[in-house]
Amino acid sequence: MNPWIEKQRHLIDFTLASLSRRKAKNLGLLFIYTLLVFVLASVALYTHALRTEAQKVLAGSPEIVLQRLIAGRHDLIPPGYLEKIGRIRGVQKMEGRLWGYYYDSVVKANYTFMVPPAGSGMKIERGEIVVGPALERSRGLAAGNGISFRAYTGELHTFIVGDVLPETSELVSADLVLMNEEDFRAFFKIPAGHYNDIVLSVANPQEVRNVAIKLLTTLPDSRPILRDEVLRTYASIFDWREGLMLALLAAAILAFGIFAWEKAAGLSAEERREIGILKAIGWETGDVIKMKFWEGLLISLTAFLAGYIAAYAHVFYFGASLFAPVLKGWAVLYPQFRLPPHIDGLQIATLFFFTVVPYTAAVLVPIWRAATTDPDTVMRT
Amino acid sequence: MRPAHIALSVITALLGAFVLTFADAARLRTADEKTRVATAALVERLGLTDPVLFTEARYTRHPTQADLQSAFQDHPVAFEHFPSGSLIPPPAGILAAYESLDRKTTPSD
Repeated sequence: MNPWIEKQRHLIDFTLASLSRRKAKNLGLLFIYTLLVFVLASVALYTHALRTEAQKVLAGSPEIVLQRLIAGRHDLIPPGYLEKIGRIRGVQKMEGRLWGYYYDSVVKANYTFMVPPAGSGMKIERGEIVVGPALERSRGLAAGNGISFRAYTGELHTFIVGDVLPETSELVSADLVLMNEEDFRAFFKIPAGHYNDIVLSVANPQEVRNVAIKLLTTLPDSRPILRDEVLRTYASIFDWREGLMLALLAAAILAFGIFAWEKAAGLSAEERREIGILKAIGWETGDVIKMKFWEGLLISLTAFLAGYIAAYAHVFYFGASLFAPVLKGWAVLYPQFRLPPHIDGLQIATLFFFTVVPYTAAVLVPIWRAATTDPDTVMRT
Repeated sequence: MRPAHIALSVITALLGAFVLTFADAARLRTADEKTRVATAALVERLGLTDPVLFTEARYTRHPTQADLQSAFQDHPVAFEHFPSGSLIPPPAGILAAYESLDRKTTPSD
């Protein structure tokens, strides 16, 4: 056996014996330490997975959505706008969209009514609707069932559910009600030729911003929303939620910091005496420091690993049940979705650096000071 | 068994489990790939812009499509009465890009 390894083993043995003499205090520290890592890692893992999933799913959202604003509010696109846009160089494809909200007083939630675009391959007959999975659950709908919605004019419109969108796409389709264009126009009384907004695709992806500027010049009352902005909005929403959660935890992190510093940096009389005895029986300063280094490393590494593994299981196997309402929000019609794990290595490395390194370092400083002084003085103080 | 052996075995087991989480994440991602592709395809086909996270109001259901003053749409300094409103930040990305586009543009008339 390599003498160096054997020496470290003896040092660890001694460290563990020393730790077990203050069992309750050290186990308490380990538990709180693990809990803190668990909370921080849960927040980091959940937000990163949600952010990545939103980015991946929305990667195919429209390149540009063009809205028309009147007095700062979203208004209908009148006839003639599509022709004007068609004259802008760089625009490859454009299509008016029809969509809106409907408040269902039965479940007290909003649905998104929408007409599938012409190129979607989804043909819906008049009088039929295709509903999202959350509607299927909340209203007990299935293919072939009838459902009536009261339009804003007061008329009752009855539809037959032609199909239910797959549950796997619930994150983006939970509240959707897809219907025929004529039904939509009749329901919301939107005249022919008017649209809610326009979606555009641009021939050259590098030109998206230039096309947006041209759109603003041609149609000054319009507001182009670029895909890039959609993705950035979701990144910022989840960053915000992560920040909010961390802000709520700030007091707990600070309290732990003080507790750990107090435990690590301040030597108790008993520990001081122990160092004095070790030095008196011939331990070198380097050995005492090595022993304490093992103490710091064993506690902080165990806490980090156990906290992180528990957080992984909590987030990806138990649906992050402890923090989900804060991190993903809640609503009457909330989609049920399983989050695939996306782990940010840098985030985990940062968590490791800020949990393991400071504690291990904090243990060493006072020990070095105590271990370099005379054993007699140390034992007497 | 020596205490050092027990401690090192525990740390090694934890390290093993730590490495396994990355392998497990890759496995779950692969298993979920089909679902994600189908969802992304639906987004592309229907031209969707937002996940269905908060359905209380138009500016929480479609934050990316909301008006510029989305946080207080009903009137300035109006109280936000939906839970999501207090948790969603103003869409900074939209605001910044819209402002810069707006300033680069001269009215057509």
